[in-house]
Amino acid sequence: MKTRFMGEGGLLVETADAAGAHALRRALLQRRIPGLRELIPGYASLLIVADPLSTDMDALAASLSVPVDAGTRVPREHEFKVQYGGEDLAVLAKRLGMDTAELVRRHAAPTYTVAFLGFAPGFPYLTGLDPALKSPRLARPRALVPAGSVAMADEFTGIYPQATPGGWNVLGRCETNLFDVSRAEPALLAPGDLVRFTASP
Amino acid sequence: MMEVLAPGRLTTIQDMGRDGYGYLGVPCAGAADRLNLRIANRLVGNPEGAAALEMTAEGASLRFDADARVALTGGALELQLDGAPAPMYQTLSVKAGMELRCGRITQGWRSYLAVAGGIQADPVLGSRSTDTLAKLGPAPLEAGMRVELGAVPVPGAGAYLRSAPQYATRVRLRILAGLHQEWFAPEALLALRNSVFRVSSQSDRIGLRLEGSALQRIKQGELPSMGMVEGAVQVPGSGQPIVLMANHGATGGYPVIGKVIAADLHLAAQLPPGAEVGFMDVSRAEAMEALRRQELRLSQDLISADASLLAARALMQLAGNHASLQQAAVSDGKRRIRIRK
Repeated sequence: MKTRFMGEGGLLVETADAAGAHALRRALLQRRIPGLRELIPGYASLLIVADPLSTDMDALAASLSVPVDAGTRVPREHEFKVQYGGEDLAVLAKRLGMDTAELVRRHAAPTYTVAFLGFAPGFPYLTGLDPALKSPRLARPRALVPAGSVAMADEFTGIYPQATPGGWNVLGRCETNLFDVSRAEPALLAPGDLVRFTASP
Repeated sequence: MMEVLAPGRLTTIQDMGRDGYGYLGVPCAGAADRLNLRIANRLVGNPEGAAALEMTAEGASLRFDADARVALTGGALELQLDGAPAPMYQTLSVKAGMELRCGRITQGWRSYLAVAGGIQADPVLGSRSTDTLAKLGPAPLEAGMRVELGAVPVPGAGAYLRSAPQYATRVRLRILAGLHQEWFAPEALLALRNSVFRVSSQSDRIGLRLEGSALQRIKQGELPSMGMVEGAVQVPGSGQPIVLMANHGATGGYPVIGKVIAADLHLAAQLPPGAEVGFMDVSRAEAMEALRRQELRLSQDLISADASLLAARALMQLAGNHASLQQAAVSDGKRRIRIRK
């Protein structure tokens, strides 16, 4: 596996895709590595962070292999009712050369997969976007994107769990609680879960 | 219990942060300068990751409800305990009713106040750290708030730190080569090492934003999001580098041109806006050696001391530090020693 050091205690392992990163994460969790601090899946990578004073990072790097069977998790399905009509809907539709109804229809058509969580607690990077909708991030990120905003950028779509600054194109809003530290599992969505959006009037 | 008389510019509760939740998008957060958090805790006999106060630019003013043992570390403060100057980097005995005024930070940018027993707050995902990016954990201090303190099991001996760190406004941070060298023109890789950057006033616990020669990318577009580490030097489209600090997002998508070595992260956390920063290369072996040396120095330089030795050290230090000092007083819990010039 292509593995590169990211500082003294970081190892970035390139994986085929997000699912590969999660499989490797599950396999490494079972190994109970001393000094391990974080296993952070990305789009096609897993970042391993350990305490370099108590972990032999070279040995750890050398020991990594593609997991054969790290167990799988039964994906859950989630449906979100979206009030389309967000800040960037009209501008984006125009740029893509379609009307807003067509943009909404195409955004709500696929069943998306949660690739990984990142950017903010519980923020899902959803894959499965219609390639015709692929759009760059905003040139000027917004100082505040409201919680529940459904947005897209590059080949991803996602939902903002809380109000944060953000640079994705906002298509609409939904009511949901994606992250709550009082729950046993704070994040509502987990990698591999399936997500559908329906337009609510 | 401590009552907050004035919170200072930005005072938050910090510990070593939330490890293990990066896969949910939760930042680690924790103290920006972990070295000084650990020193402060050890000076009052706490586990080194106990929750303490992190004060930025200007310290808090606090009144203590009960006797307490405290220690202050990090950026140099104009510290006053009940109106008399008090030293940093050693255990201080505070009596019930006393006021601790931390004053401005005159060197460095962040100071730590540890109290024996630690600061009590409801942990969120295993940490009491105020996450200023994801807004998790306790709120920043405000005037009138009361800060709860943990129980002190055994009143241990006091301690001081021999040769406390000094913080300058011009530093050269040591870096390891970044993951994405191929995203940059050779001139940009040279410019990172040969030019001086200025710390922007936009810097915070999330990132140290630098201004200087724009580091030109030869590859455009975005990287797929990946996990990020503290100290990573990211270069967004503007070409102005950002050094990721303790409260950085768990994932990021800007190319990484370098990584500040772990042993120098406390120097980065102590840079005030306007400070000048340069970078120099070291190998991973040298970075590990620097980290090991720092750990060794930490345990060698922490000296146990009884109350009278601490009082004497405090007086010597105050007399040395303040040419205009006219009088100082130190209490060891039983006696109050006063010295006049």
